[in-house]
Amino acid sequence: MRTLLEFGGIVTVFADQVIKRQDYEIITALVSDEATVLDLGCGDGSLLSHLSDTRNISGYGVERDDKKVLASLSNGINVIQADLEQGLSGFATDAFDYVILSLTLQAVHETETIIEEMLRVGKQVIVTFPNFGLWRHRLQIFFGETPTSKELPYQWYDTPNVHVLTIKDFEEYCKTHGISILERIVINEAGNMVGVFPNLLGALAIYRFNKVAK
Amino acid sequence: MTEYEMTSSIGDVKPQNMMFDEPLLLKSGETLTDYQLTYETYGSLNEDKSNAVLVCHALNASHHVAGTYDGDEKTLGWWDNLIGPGKPLDTDHFFVIGVNNIGGCHGSTGPSSINPATNEPWGSSFPMVTVEDWVEAQARLATRLKIEVFAAVMGGSLGGMQALQWTIDQPKRLKNAVVIAAAPRLSAQNIAFNEVARQAITLDQEFYGGDYYQQKAVPRRGLKIARMIGHITYLSDDSMDLKFGRALREDALQFNFDTDFQIESYLRYQGDKFAETFDANTYLRITKALDYFDPAAKNAGNLSATLTQSESNYLIISFTSDWRFSPSRSREIVEALVANKLDVSYAEIDSPHGHDAFLMDEPVYHNLVRAYFTRIWRDSNSVC
Repeated sequence: MRTLLEFGGIVTVFADQVIKRQDYEIITALVSDEATVLDLGCGDGSLLSHLSDTRNISGYGVERDDKKVLASLSNGINVIQADLEQGLSGFATDAFDYVILSLTLQAVHETETIIEEMLRVGKQVIVTFPNFGLWRHRLQIFFGETPTSKELPYQWYDTPNVHVLTIKDFEEYCKTHGISILERIVINEAGNMVGVFPNLLGALAIYRFNKVAK
Repeated sequence: MTEYEMTSSIGDVKPQNMMFDEPLLLKSGETLTDYQLTYETYGSLNEDKSNAVLVCHALNASHHVAGTYDGDEKTLGWWDNLIGPGKPLDTDHFFVIGVNNIGGCHGSTGPSSINPATNEPWGSSFPMVTVEDWVEAQARLATRLKIEVFAAVMGGSLGGMQALQWTIDQPKRLKNAVVIAAAPRLSAQNIAFNEVARQAITLDQEFYGGDYYQQKAVPRRGLKIARMIGHITYLSDDSMDLKFGRALREDALQFNFDTDFQIESYLRYQGDKFAETFDANTYLRITKALDYFDPAAKNAGNLSATLTQSESNYLIISFTSDWRFSPSRSREIVEALVANKLDVSYAEIDSPHGHDAFLMDEPVYHNLVRAYFTRIWRDSNSVC
């Protein structure tokens, strides 16, 4: 039983890494060279590190966890220890070309505040999240189970995800919150771009957006 | 890890003195025509002189940062847990300098030194000194030691303020500033505590207006109370409660004004010990240097405007239970650095030890300092 559990853990971690890499590649494609970037929930700083290597960006990561702060620091990243749920008051308006929230939107509590703060601090915002509307999730719900997948690998009792959302939900949110979507990329479970039925076939959604000009 | 982590310290060290006869124009407008700086070094300076780290001391400390004198463990340097072979600031890689500041009482020219003009101790006539003055004097020492650029300048509390001032006054002469448990300026409450400490000293009958040396007197009682007040602000309510609580010295209350509680006896002991070793005039001047520290003042309180010339990278660290210079004070510094798009990392260490946490062996904190200096070492060796 113990080995089975451990094996399960390894698979989850591995799947997580694959998703992350895809996520990073798409974000890298969206970011322009020499840009200034603020990465919220920067983890060990690998995204910023990647962006710095490939796009020559400069910027900072924000991270709450001690171990991840240390990892970021060791990786040569500018990391600022803070809880992003508390807002971004330490950063000036329009201070960055991009503010990035990668695979974290579904796990934040103060969603509206955070999105508002990202729009204030960044000229553009890039957000990526696992799409709860994926057909497999819908099927699991149909059969009476809380959905799990490689994008949402957690069980109901141990998930950090408090606000799971669908592509449709997010676009509705943008409409009602004065957000203008500049670009949307959706990929399926195999890692390919999705053209039709994104909310049904999409496993991961990546958005680049800014505030609707008044 | 490395073999050195078994050893406790860099071992025996010896302070050195350097005389300066180039007049030092102080911020107050007065001039020190000649002066001495007492300093210690640990590790060795590399060939291109690129591995030097200056460690600045705070209110109560000195140039004796690491190591011991004559094998006596009681003489261990004040930051020995952080600095030494294999330690977070590794003296196998870096050449570390500790220097006693002007106005001090551990060897560098200060109020207790002999004024060559009068052949008497300076006493009350010793000028006021500021953080800027210290940085200028430290820079001159660096020049004499043939160090053009420091790999890093580091300090905690008032020492951190000097590191910050370095990046403002000498932006081309350091690559990194490590600013720990500091603040961009003192609050009214900080100044208030300092003023109570100064009053305790100046109202002591043995103070003689600052000229107590000639009277063969020492304002011990004032200095003791000053230290007791200071010490309270270095600890946190929780850490004091944890260490002492309401523990009594005897089995029962004594119903007198002697020491009933352990905390009372601890503070008295700390105060007495300090009064034996520290100079009251130095204490007065250093607390004033703290009060006067306000690099943003020249830009109407705008710290980021003051830092525009900085070329340094920064590591800023604060401690959650530090109420003397709380994390929000460090965040003010971080905000000003980010506004200048400077390379900065900031960590808020979860510690119960209050302001004094910067002197403690906290693994999360020490690991960060280690990682930062490893980065400096790695970067400086990967060029070309």
